[in-house]
Amino acid sequence: MRELLKKHRKDIIIISIFLVIAIASLSLTLMTRENGEKVRVTVDGELVGEYPLHLDATYELRGANPDTEGEVTNILVIQDGVAYLSYANCPDKTCVNTGKIKYTGQSIICLPNRITITVVGDSDGGVDLVS
Amino acid sequence: MKNTKKLATLSVIVALAMVLSFLESRIPAFVAIPGIKVGLANIAVIFTVYKLGAREGVLISIIRVLLVSILFGSTVSLWYSLAGAILSLIVTILLKKYTKLAVVTVSVAGGVSHNIAQIGVACLLLETNIIVYYLPFLLLSGTVAGIAVGVASALLIKRVKLEGSR
Repeated sequence: MRELLKKHRKDIIIISIFLVIAIASLSLTLMTRENGEKVRVTVDGELVGEYPLHLDATYELRGANPDTEGEVTNILVIQDGVAYLSYANCPDKTCVNTGKIKYTGQSIICLPNRITITVVGDSDGGVDLVS
Repeated sequence: MKNTKKLATLSVIVALAMVLSFLESRIPAFVAIPGIKVGLANIAVIFTVYKLGAREGVLISIIRVLLVSILFGSTVSLWYSLAGAILSLIVTILLKKYTKLAVVTVSVAGGVSHNIAQIGVACLLLETNIIVYYLPFLLLSGTVAGIAVGVASALLIKRVKLEGSR
């Protein structure tokens, strides 16, 4: 066992560094997050709307997918302070499976329709989380 | 290895990689974050790089991504997967060639770089940096998954004998 440790000392150190960085950045993210005020919706990089999280509603989104021009591509639901997508017309459904978001910085992404939905705070855009 | 034999061996590995990809797509996401997955198909790629060589590894990886995207994905997911596959492949090949690190470590580095490449492409495609928020989650999942994939690959590399392989 000791020989094995000695032989793979470098490997153990490298993997530990990966784990430490991952766990440290993860705990930092989890500790600094707070409930968001609204969601910001962009299509193809452009802002199309901001919807408050405290208002229960359903919004039809039209993504920028050349195959389904002008159709409703995704349906955004806001309910009890959380936002989620209830429908997507793409095959992979990653955005629907992303589930519910409510903390600033969290987002739902639909790559095929080029839609992003991000939770932001009251004043700022939650940008200081990533900048 | 003779050409016909090599062709047959590579075909079997591609088929295996695709089965692993399919299996993985059947596993329900246990965390609600896109991009978190085990990367089972990487077992086939690492195995090939170590057993047959770098060129064969590139071949297997790219053919797998193309086939899986055609069968189960969309055009967008093709770019996304291709970026991840290529960066992780480059890291795997370079580490194998220039260091004496264990397969598990190479696999971890490959897994993490795969996730970073995918986040990078997603940022470029969507012209946004919001996804960077998820980087810590992907770092952790990439490391843990990389360890699992690395252990499986190391066992296979040790136990499976291919005629004429290294």
